[in-house]
Amino acid sequence: MDMWMKVLYAVMLGMMVLFLWPRAKHMITNSPKATGSDWKSVLIPLLGVVLFVMLLISMV
Amino acid sequence: MYQNERVIGRASESALATNKVLRNTYTMLSMTLLFSALMAGVSMTLHVGHMANLIAFGGSIVLLWFVLPRTANSAAGVAVVFAITGLLGFGLGPVLNAYLGMANGGQIIMTALGGTGVIFMALSAYALTTKRDFSFLGGMLMVGFIVVLLAAVANIFMNIPALSLTISAVVILLMSGFILFDTSRIINGGETNYLLATVSLYLSIYNIFVHLLHLLGALGGDD
Repeated sequence: MDMWMKVLYAVMLGMMVLFLWPRAKHMITNSPKATGSDWKSVLIPLLGVVLFVMLLISMV
Repeated sequence: MYQNERVIGRASESALATNKVLRNTYTMLSMTLLFSALMAGVSMTLHVGHMANLIAFGGSIVLLWFVLPRTANSAAGVAVVFAITGLLGFGLGPVLNAYLGMANGGQIIMTALGGTGVIFMALSAYALTTKRDFSFLGGMLMVGFIVVLLAAVANIFMNIPALSLTISAVVILLMSGFILFDTSRIINGGETNYLLATVSLYLSIYNIFVHLLHLLGALGGDD
């Protein structure tokens, strides 16, 4: 990839960070607190995704 | 007695509204995914270069941030959503052509496509059946996404393959979390605009596909 294309990609991603930052701050302060069972309910499906991706990698 | 009937009435109205948003979102999502695939096919046939990817990416970001928020509550919003997803699909063309140039490129693309479909359907089914409120994930997912973006910016110049693979693996997990988060927002009434819900879910699917493709291309066997 040419250097100027790399710079353009980096600028676009950097703008995304600047654009998302206020939203992220708002979400951090306003997100409800999670309990132990809440985390468990997220970690189980995410673990499933990890195992599935590993299966796909071994298949290809 | 009258009060009870009113409460039941409101609850059923709310459930109907949620079902309507959910139905419209999934209908719109399937149409945009098909349109996106069509546009990817067009750009593959035309053999457009990586510059097209950059322009399509930039164009879709402009539409996503500056046009969609102003049109999301009107009929014009439908055209904007198709434009965003069409541009992102068109930008995928050069990437897919590059994978097709590999010995097992076709298999990698089909596996990534099928894998993305299975991940999306399984996570959606999980969020829909458990009806859990995943709104607590919002802050963590956004911070995770910003960290990944910063790492991606750094890796554009550093070009470290291990970091690139790590970014892809983390993006797949983050987007899986976003699917749970967005679906639970629709179910619990946090998102009532089906166009915004469609774009959120589309972006999660798109990112899972692109990064799964990257992982399979790099880690899968090439025999």
